[in-house]
Amino acid sequence: MTAFNTILLIPVLPLAAFLLIALVGRRYFPRYSGIFGSLVLLVTFAIALQEAYSYFFETEKIAGSYQSFVCCRLNWLEFSPGFSIDMGLLIDANSMLMCVIVTFISLLVHIYSLGYMKGDPRVATYYSFLGLFTFSMLGLVLSCNIFQMYIFWELVGVSSFLLIGYYYTKDSAVAAAKKAFIVTRFADLGFLLGILILSYYTKTFDFQTLIGRAGDSSFMGSLAAQSFMGVSVLTWGLVLVFAGGAGKSAMFPLHIWLPDAMEGPTPVSALIHAATMVVAGVYLVLRLFPVFVFGSPAALHLVAGVGVFTALFAACIACTQTDIKRVLAYSTISQIGFMMFSLGVSGYGSEAGLGYTASMFHLFTHAIFKALLFLGAGAVIHYIHSNEMGDMGGLRKHMPITHMSFLLACLAISGIPPFAGFFSKEEILLAAWHYSPLVYGLALLTSGITAFYMFRLYYSIFWNKSRDNQSAHGQAEHHGEAPVSMLIPLVLLALLSAVAGFIPFGHLISSDGKVLESEFHVGFSVAPVLIAIGGIVFATILYKKENLKPQTITASLKGLYTSAYRKFYIDEIYLFITRKIIFQLVGRPAAWFDKTVVDGSVNGLASLTAAVSERIKGLQSGKLQDYALYFLSAVAGCILLFYYLWI
Amino acid sequence: MTEPGLIHVLVISTALFFIGIYGFLTRRNMISMLMSVELILNSVNLNFIAFNKYLYADRLDGVFFIVFNIAIAAAEAAVAIAIIINLYRKHRSIDIEQADSLKY
Repeated sequence: MTAFNTILLIPVLPLAAFLLIALVGRRYFPRYSGIFGSLVLLVTFAIALQEAYSYFFETEKIAGSYQSFVCCRLNWLEFSPGFSIDMGLLIDANSMLMCVIVTFISLLVHIYSLGYMKGDPRVATYYSFLGLFTFSMLGLVLSCNIFQMYIFWELVGVSSFLLIGYYYTKDSAVAAAKKAFIVTRFADLGFLLGILILSYYTKTFDFQTLIGRAGDSSFMGSLAAQSFMGVSVLTWGLVLVFAGGAGKSAMFPLHIWLPDAMEGPTPVSALIHAATMVVAGVYLVLRLFPVFVFGSPAALHLVAGVGVFTALFAACIACTQTDIKRVLAYSTISQIGFMMFSLGVSGYGSEAGLGYTASMFHLFTHAIFKALLFLGAGAVIHYIHSNEMGDMGGLRKHMPITHMSFLLACLAISGIPPFAGFFSKEEILLAAWHYSPLVYGLALLTSGITAFYMFRLYYSIFWNKSRDNQSAHGQAEHHGEAPVSMLIPLVLLALLSAVAGFIPFGHLISSDGKVLESEFHVGFSVAPVLIAIGGIVFATILYKKENLKPQTITASLKGLYTSAYRKFYIDEIYLFITRKIIFQLVGRPAAWFDKTVVDGSVNGLASLTAAVSERIKGLQSGKLQDYALYFLSAVAGCILLFYYLWI
Repeated sequence: MTEPGLIHVLVISTALFFIGIYGFLTRRNMISMLMSVELILNSVNLNFIAFNKYLYADRLDGVFFIVFNIAIAAAEAAVAIAIIINLYRKHRSIDIEQADSLKY
């Protein structure tokens, strides 16, 4: 398959951009590094698009399904014959699609940042970090084995850390970067343990081999027999791997880092914390999906449960937040919850695999409209210089293009036909319906809440208060609409959110690679659309005009509102666990041991040496005659010694 | 009155040596110490002469050594006096107790 060797360029070009900007560009062409980075990304996107086209439409399908193969394979660490860690690029429908999404969103964010980050003194550093992130993310989606994926997994973690802490003079940004790093690292511990368990029992790191062995029932049967604490080892491994994915994808209870990650520049939030990196967990489960299905349905049930709970939980919090980026962050968590449980409810094979296709479809559409929402929010923040809803309102006349694109994205995420979100959410709900009515009910409720909080956000930004009185003092001469470089991505993404739903996704992605004809039940979609419209109407009544109704409702739901506003006290629980339990019971004794035993022995040795030298340093008095006396007595001593020993 | 033997000379040179050592260790005046060192050197010279005369009367090696030793002693005295003068310039004294900066 030599035709695909140019695929190597896809991750390598952003890496080259990163190195060049970081090593040379920051000093010699800081002003042009943004344009340079964007051009490199444009080329990368063109290559990705061309490769994806040739994969989907020109490569022959075998037995009606897309083939997956590995190119540029490199034998890296060989433990024993047949058991090695290889490096390579795995090409299949998922990775090709992800390549296109990642390079596309990254390209738009690069272009958008030309306007958004204009005048920032460290803009070259910013672009180098973007290049590093794009490289790592592309490496992650193209990884051919689980260990290679883990390496890139950590790399995206690092670039996310760097970009969250980009405004490193702000204390809250530094704290958020640390929080994101520590929480995801904690989850990655689970991932690493999961990798070790999986590879120990299945004797392979390679995705294809792993999946091949997952289909082998006798092999799986022998694995299922081995168990630990009443649960089979395979389930343990998969649950731990899922814990890693849950950390990166901000699933409950590891979601706490994502809202704080909004301290980074807004385009970064769009790229990393909405469209690409946070779906890495979904992608990981997707990669190991056959192993989940055949090896451990229990782990898959866990995925479904965690996903649907997170979706509902985050949606409730999103209704009460006032920072627009935080609303979007919780909305992201909620939507990733949708993708996750969609995988959890899916089965393998033609019809049962609907959830699998739906998950990837939702990932695709969500990347588009959520990036649009974030970029739109970025344009608003660029204008207002504030993240708070209270400072906004009535912006629809001031920034018409942003307003239209934002409205489109809100309609798309709410699931109003014919926009992108409708189709993907519809498939997810259908898959959930086949799984259990409870999950379906919760998902339906969540999509209603989604419509409500998205339109609460929309009205708070663009309607509600009138802005005319404020334009009197100073806002008038302020620029209204964002610069062109920021509008181009908005318009492009808005067009895509309108039409992306019509892509026959089942033809591209399905659990077994065969074409999945998604049938469209008009009757089925009545309920979700109605509940979404209900949410929108409710939000319209409450927030379109400035009124007292929201306060009245808030007052009547005091306890519930406060706890949702405080994010259900999850942060406080974490603080309690870390401060009161871990610090007291583990940290304190460890610190005591370190200070007294470890430091004590080293310090004791030092003070012993000091004391001895204090005693004997008087011998070196500086007096010549003392030295002569020592010399003489030593010679006399030697003579006596010789005399008694040898004579 | 008999001719003095090797042993007599050695006794004298040993006495001279220890007188020199004693003087070197007890005198506080650097010139006195230098003189003590000269005593030690001369006791060694006396040894050389005695061994040459009583054991190898037909050879002259010991005498040559003495000639060298005397030359070296002269040079050493010059160096020592130079050091003493410099110390005197620094401390305004030639008391060895004052020159104790060579310590820890």
